[in-house]
Amino acid sequence: MTQNATDLVLEVNNIEVVYNKVVQALRGLSLAVPRGEIVALLGSNGAGKSTTLKAISNLLPLEDGLLASGHIRFAGQDTARLAPQQLVRLGVSHVMEGRHVFEDLTVEENLVASTYALSGRTNAAKPDFDLVYEYFPRLFERRKGLAGYLSGGEQQMLAIGRALIAQPTLMLLDEPSLGISPKLTEDIFAIIARINAERATSMLLVEQNATVALAVAHRGYIMEGGKIVIDGTAERLASDADVREFYLGMGGGGEARSFKQLKHYKRRKRWLS
Amino acid sequence: MDMDWGYLFEVSLTSVMGGGLYALAGLAFVMVYKATRVVNLAIGEMLMAGSYLFFTFAAMWALPLWLAIPAAVLASGVLGAVIERTMIRPLLGEPPISAFMVTIGLGSVLVGLVEMIWSADQRRLPDFLPTQAITVGDAFLAPKIFWGAVIASVFITAVLLVFRYWRGGVALRATASDQAAAYAVGINVPRVFSLSWVVSAMLAAVSGIIVGSIGGISSSMGVFGLTVLVVVIVGGLDSVLGALVAGLLVGLVEGLAGAYLGGEYKLLATFIVLVFILMVRPYGLFGTREIERL
Ligand SMILES: Nc1ncnc2c1ncn2[C@@H]1O[C@H](COP(=O)(O)OP(=O)(O)OP(=O)(O)O)[C@@H](O)[C@H]1O
Ligand SMILES: [Mg+2]
Repeated sequence: MTQNATDLVLEVNNIEVVYNKVVQALRGLSLAVPRGEIVALLGSNGAGKSTTLKAISNLLPLEDGLLASGHIRFAGQDTARLAPQQLVRLGVSHVMEGRHVFEDLTVEENLVASTYALSGRTNAAKPDFDLVYEYFPRLFERRKGLAGYLSGGEQQMLAIGRALIAQPTLMLLDEPSLGISPKLTEDIFAIIARINAERATSMLLVEQNATVALAVAHRGYIMEGGKIVIDGTAERLASDADVREFYLGMGGGGEARSFKQLKHYKRRKRWLS
Repeated sequence: MDMDWGYLFEVSLTSVMGGGLYALAGLAFVMVYKATRVVNLAIGEMLMAGSYLFFTFAAMWALPLWLAIPAAVLASGVLGAVIERTMIRPLLGEPPISAFMVTIGLGSVLVGLVEMIWSADQRRLPDFLPTQAITVGDAFLAPKIFWGAVIASVFITAVLLVFRYWRGGVALRATASDQAAAYAVGINVPRVFSLSWVVSAMLAAVSGIIVGSIGGISSSMGVFGLTVLVVVIVGGLDSVLGALVAGLLVGLVEGLAGAYLGGEYKLLATFIVLVFILMVRPYGLFGTREIERL
């Protein structure tokens, strides 16, 4: 039992999330991330994938969302009372959907902003900018330029690079392939797999593109209407007939457009605006 | 009428220098708006509070100037922190209009406090600006205006440098750029809000001390804030560069209107500039469209 608990870096237990006190987005969702693994969380538009990640990183209050019931434990510790920045400092880094780079800051300053994640850490290593530039040489070339002028793919690299600065135990990745060419998506997923393998970073990977996600993941969950409907190892899911029919065939250009609109709407919603 | 170019030059130079104070106070406003999206309508009253604190330390307690000025600025910073913590922080997550209304209330509270403690009478601040006349070519500049402009530029430069290179400045700009992402990279966003109020209050105090040294202080000097609001709207609420450029521009327009049309046309002239700029550029000179599109 204790053995089991320590092996899981993240446990999400039967959570319900409500937005604006009325919209129920999650209805009793449970999942777990074993230490050192990549776990894919798949599902179609509006299934509640992003909401799940925001619940884990405690970013829900920014959108007037509330964790109405259930428990989330990171490294065995209940996270309910932690402010988002405390959670980041404990080792949970959330790479948000739509990248959310600081557009008015340079690439380098984006990384500097992320060094706050290291404050107050007891086992604090120094911020390692070179590590980021090693995984993403493109960012090094553009380090003095404004992040707002980067291409979508480069912004995604920066968003992941920013998380790397935080030296997380657990990375939450929300649709890294969103709006990015298939070739670049492949490159980025290769880096994700390398980070996982080389730095033992556990990952919860949300994707619409099930094929690329299951190719790097160890196991996966499929959600619908705010809860998990199927789970299993990546191989099993990739070969499952239902999964193939409903999820692996999806993800055309038309969907990408509607994603963008949703992302747009969300970015406008700010806490204090 | 023959154009007197020398006079025009003198008036323009003096007005632009006077505009330096609008720029500094505008920067104080933008600091809070950028980080927290709160429109601080009490900016003029915060200026006033800073100048009365200086008056207390320098004239009533007779502290030496080198002590009284930093003390007044620091005390204003504390005041900024208290305002943020007690009046603004509790409204986190409420619609922007509530914080806006609270700052209107804050303005009245500050005026009330000043009248209670120091009375509504006009007071003179101790002279600390050099009084030797300044000449540029044939133009004479009022020394207080000249030195006020020098101090304002020093502070503006210092703030720009600090916020460019200090990590806290990066945190503030990151929060201004994308609040959710700021949380996600581990920035203590509420602390950044607090920081922005502290810095803003300190900058307002510096402007207040200079404005008060030039024209005296009274419980109605908060009207200076009206012109500051014009400045930041013309410049674009969230633009530092906008506040600086618009500060000088509004100073110039005001000065020219005052010299050629008469003092009663100053405010009218600035409002005409405001309306004109908003017609051409609805987000101000340098404001970002994104935010206003909201
Ligand atoms: N800020 C919000 N306010 C109200 N409802 C929201 C908000 N964000 C999400 N929702 C609702 O919650 C549900 C789940 O949304 P969520 O963004 O988690 O889905 P998702 O699986 O990430 O979808 P996508 O693949 O399109 O990103 C949707 O029905 C959505 O409309
Ligand atoms: Mg999503």
